[in-house]
Amino acid sequence: MRRTGSTLVRRARWRSLLFLFPSLLGTLVFFALPCGVVAYYALVSRPVDGAFAGLSNFAALLRNRAFLVGLKNTAILCGGAVGLGLPLSLGLALLLERNLPGKSLLRTAFLSPMLVPTVSVVLVWEVLFHQNGAVNAALETLGTGGIDWFHTGWGRWMVLLLYLWKNIGFHTLLFAAALAAVPRELLDMAALDGAGRVRRFCTVKLPFLAPTALFVVMLTLVSAMKLFREVWLLTGSYPYDYLYLLQHFMNNTFLSMDYPKLSAAALTLAGLMCAVVGLLFWLEDRAGRDLEHG
Amino acid sequence: MGEKKRLPLLAALILLALLFLAPMALTIAGSLMSSDEIAAHYGPVLADDGYMTEPVELRFLPDRPTAEQYENLVREPAYWQKYTNSVLYTVPTTLLQTAVAALAAYGFASRPGRGRRLLLLGYALLALMPYQVTLVPNYFVSKWLGLYDTRWAILLPGVFSTFGVFLLTKYMARVPKETMEAARLDGAGEWRVFLHICLPQCKSALWAAAMLTFFDNWSMMEQPLILLRGEELYPLSVWLSRLNGEQPGLAFAAAVVYLLPCLLIFALGQRNLGEGLK
Repeated sequence: MRRTGSTLVRRARWRSLLFLFPSLLGTLVFFALPCGVVAYYALVSRPVDGAFAGLSNFAALLRNRAFLVGLKNTAILCGGAVGLGLPLSLGLALLLERNLPGKSLLRTAFLSPMLVPTVSVVLVWEVLFHQNGAVNAALETLGTGGIDWFHTGWGRWMVLLLYLWKNIGFHTLLFAAALAAVPRELLDMAALDGAGRVRRFCTVKLPFLAPTALFVVMLTLVSAMKLFREVWLLTGSYPYDYLYLLQHFMNNTFLSMDYPKLSAAALTLAGLMCAVVGLLFWLEDRAGRDLEHG
Repeated sequence: MGEKKRLPLLAALILLALLFLAPMALTIAGSLMSSDEIAAHYGPVLADDGYMTEPVELRFLPDRPTAEQYENLVREPAYWQKYTNSVLYTVPTTLLQTAVAALAAYGFASRPGRGRRLLLLGYALLALMPYQVTLVPNYFVSKWLGLYDTRWAILLPGVFSTFGVFLLTKYMARVPKETMEAARLDGAGEWRVFLHICLPQCKSALWAAAMLTFFDNWSMMEQPLILLRGEELYPLSVWLSRLNGEQPGLAFAAAVVYLLPCLLIFALGQRNLGEGLK
């Protein structure tokens, strides 16, 4: 009797594994196995008939100015997107929690940029931030003089603004959903204990928001990396230093067919992402435990 | 909160909301202008020829509304060819990716275990990788399989993107195990449990995943540039950026028609977004 039971369970396990099969096959063919190719290229000296080169490709990368500039700019962009986007979207969600008329209309308005395709966004951003664009025209009338958005450090702010405009509404929505799930009784109890708005936020709401915040940080990293599309359309393959991203470096290296260099860069970037994600999961784990022991 | 404090807050939020809507309003207004009017307002920026010192004037209403741009757009066969390409990439990718992801999510969520947790972590990492990391592998696989410079080179990797799997597994893991177990005891096979118990409870999440996939693929850029040689197969997302520079008179109408499918999907699925990504 027990035997048949366990075979049944095992067979059910296998059958549920069948559901994974299409995805696994595709992932294996298109992503996992080819990563082996990347690892190979990262360790040889030339794309064709290359000799084993140890870690010299990586060492060369760390001396490559273009790589370092790209890495720095991509890191700044990601950091800025998290640092500005997270508090802003959470703040907006808290404001929209209040009893306001037309709340769902407001939410839709904030959400709407997510549907605007990249090329259309870029069209508008050009009209706004061009040397003769609308923003500079406004600055002129204020008497401060125009800003060269594409060739100075201000370019980063232009791109960050684009990121915030496009993503903040979506992240606000996610925070709003999480806020709605905070148990009312806990909030009422805290209020009875005399906790003010700020205290109630810190002690009651924040722990419930931690998983969402983490999810938002991950989405932010994905979207911040995809900002390359907009930056590329705005500035082309060789932008000024402040807007030269790691993705520019990798795209250009690909076009010059220097696969060992590119593979080493891809592995470095993948390693960095893994480290960041690992850190995030570790934080989530800790936040989860805090909630349990609360 | 008192009525007095509520009004300024509401006013500020409305102002912010208008700012968020402004780019779309500008695009729509621009699409109803004649070529001359566009040249007059936006010429300095879009044409970009030499020394123009006139600043642009933002116009949220055209001086004299006309459908001229739309009429010209209808007579632009290249636009519609690229539009068809975009549809042929985005719609199948979205549908198939959601289907593959739903199946995989069931595989992950229905019987959690150590092995599958690790595998899911791998999936999550892959989903978070920027395209440039998988650029070389993608290129080589498409060469080996003979997909390079065909539609399949774009479609197939898109179908197996792991982002949807990650999203849906999170959601499906919350479908009560007891309901699934009860159905199994009643003699329902895995397929029926998946189709009749799991999927109906995950409708919002399926919508949300499909929407995000659609928006992302509708704007795809790197893949066509890397995996296609000929321009005929380019989607609108890549081709349109060129049109903007060459024929600024068409840029706004082209952008509006390009935006319509996204608007439709957003209108249909918006209420699923918050619920489906909890």
